[in-house]
Amino acid sequence: MLKFDRVTKVYKVGAFGGGEFTAVRDASFEVRPGEVVSLIGESGSGKSTLGKMALRIASVSKGKITCDGIDVSTLRGHRALKDYYRKVQGVFQDPFSSYNPIFKADRVFSMIREEYYPEVSQSEWQDRVAEALKVVRLDPNQVLGKYPHQLSGGQLQRMLLARALLLDIDYLVADEVISMLDASTRIDVLNLLADLKARGMGILFVTHDLALGNYISDQTVILYKGEIVERGVTEKVFSDPRHPYTKKLFASVPQFHKKWEEVEAELRAKEAADTSTHPYHLEEGQEVPSELVQVSEGHYVQPFHRRAAV
Amino acid sequence: MTLEVSDLRVYYRTLRGDVRALDGPTFTVADGEIMGLAGESGSGKSTLSKSLIRLDGRMRYIGGSVTLDGDEMPIWDDRAMDEFRYKRVSIIPQYAMSAMNPTRKIGKMIAELLESRGVRFRDVRDELHRRLELVELERDVLDRYPLELSGGMKQRTVMVISTLLNPSLLIADEVTSALDVSTQRAVAETLVEFRDREFVKSMIVVTHDISLVYQIADTIMVMYGGRLAEKASAKTIIEMPKHPYTKMLLDSLPEVGVKYEDKRLSGIPGSPPGLLNPPQGCRFRDRCPLADKQCLEQPPFVEVESDHHVACWKAE
Repeated sequence: MLKFDRVTKVYKVGAFGGGEFTAVRDASFEVRPGEVVSLIGESGSGKSTLGKMALRIASVSKGKITCDGIDVSTLRGHRALKDYYRKVQGVFQDPFSSYNPIFKADRVFSMIREEYYPEVSQSEWQDRVAEALKVVRLDPNQVLGKYPHQLSGGQLQRMLLARALLLDIDYLVADEVISMLDASTRIDVLNLLADLKARGMGILFVTHDLALGNYISDQTVILYKGEIVERGVTEKVFSDPRHPYTKKLFASVPQFHKKWEEVEAELRAKEAADTSTHPYHLEEGQEVPSELVQVSEGHYVQPFHRRAAV
Repeated sequence: MTLEVSDLRVYYRTLRGDVRALDGPTFTVADGEIMGLAGESGSGKSTLSKSLIRLDGRMRYIGGSVTLDGDEMPIWDDRAMDEFRYKRVSIIPQYAMSAMNPTRKIGKMIAELLESRGVRFRDVRDELHRRLELVELERDVLDRYPLELSGGMKQRTVMVISTLLNPSLLIADEVTSALDVSTQRAVAETLVEFRDREFVKSMIVVTHDISLVYQIADTIMVMYGGRLAEKASAKTIIEMPKHPYTKMLLDSLPEVGVKYEDKRLSGIPGSPPGLLNPPQGCRFRDRCPLADKQCLEQPPFVEVESDHHVACWKAE
């Protein structure tokens, strides 16, 4: 299990690092094997920072991230990290900048071999690569021996997923992996993630697109300005959003068949019908606590002031 | 009719030959119409919108005509287009975030822009202030540098600048794709308001996001491989599309509420055709499940029902 326990990230800002900027505050959630957790937020919400901390690209300021019980920030030395990256890998937004343009794209595979499987024979390695490419539905003849500029974004992104498969990882951080792809090929990469999940992989799916998050995820975490405002089972969060920010987000997403005004009217009507006071409603002047409150089983929301505008 | 485009062909010059990026679309945009122009990368949608403003060095005008309010636009002649550009046809560029001169205060930049078009800044200053207010910007943005504004503020400023002289046609090129969902909605709704207040007469909203354009557009035109695939009212395109490409594209988009376990969506196999030597006949032929011998011949873009144009032999 990839577990985030009250994780906080503070960046030093300003000319001499005199200022501080809290990118993530007290975030707690977990990614279980065979589960997709989508992390939804706008730019600056801290969603990418959380992914980077899990990959150790950014350090954790407070709290801890554990992977199967091991605190990731205590890992020291080449060996320990190598073992960690055997379990956890990341794929990012821009497939073109993930590759070195001077080398052929399949170098990402041979680098894995040198680092992790030097004992595997050439022919067996080729079989493994072919197998991994088959899983991500790529034709080896079309992608091997080519330079990154000769391949499409979708092909490059799938090769990075194949690379993750070769390592046989347990957890994947997928940060906006399909936002640069064309609409007609997007869904294939998304389906691929769903297949990996079926094979038991735990996936942290970072996105700003609610529809995509809803399509493949089991759990949804909504981030706003570095704090988790709502999280829980995807169906519950989507069918019954409680936090004003989540509602605003839902009302802004362009949908087919429904115009913005209709969606907003529905949400308003629901809100007007619900006059009872809930434990997550704060009194005037009360401060927002960092602990989330349970709405129903598996659905949590950050307490808020009833008439608060976002 | 605000805009009439007839058999417009614009190719890109390369060492290996011409890339036929825009191959003969014929369509019209009515007065007051907001037309969404949808397509994937390589569909020719950006080439079309650029052609209506300015051909860059690599683009070559091959043939066809463009008429704005009854006057033919000399799009092949960069100089002669000055008569139209900004005053009668204007664009909100794709990267509005970086569209402004970083070394000038915004007010000074606008003044210079207007002077270069032969308009006195004094004459439009009040209107400029009114419009900034309308998009909820303080007047003092004019005394600031672009650097000092947030992405959304820059976007709104560029929208005001682009439409200041009340052009007949406004082209909005992927204006919302770099924005967050809530800002996206505000910007999209501002476009509609600009039309309703008659700052612009008609609009072409270029986007790859059909669900966004459905929210604001009257009609949607779908392009594929440099040609038109389908044009109809926004509702018709979403609910009763006729072209196989439109159908498959819509089927591949996940909607809020659709789950992978319940309904597995699928993409369109294959990739768009190269336009250096485009295949003969219908350009969607290779990826189309309905394609047969007839599709070796290019299907015409015809009106199959009232205000519903399709280029497909198989559209019933």
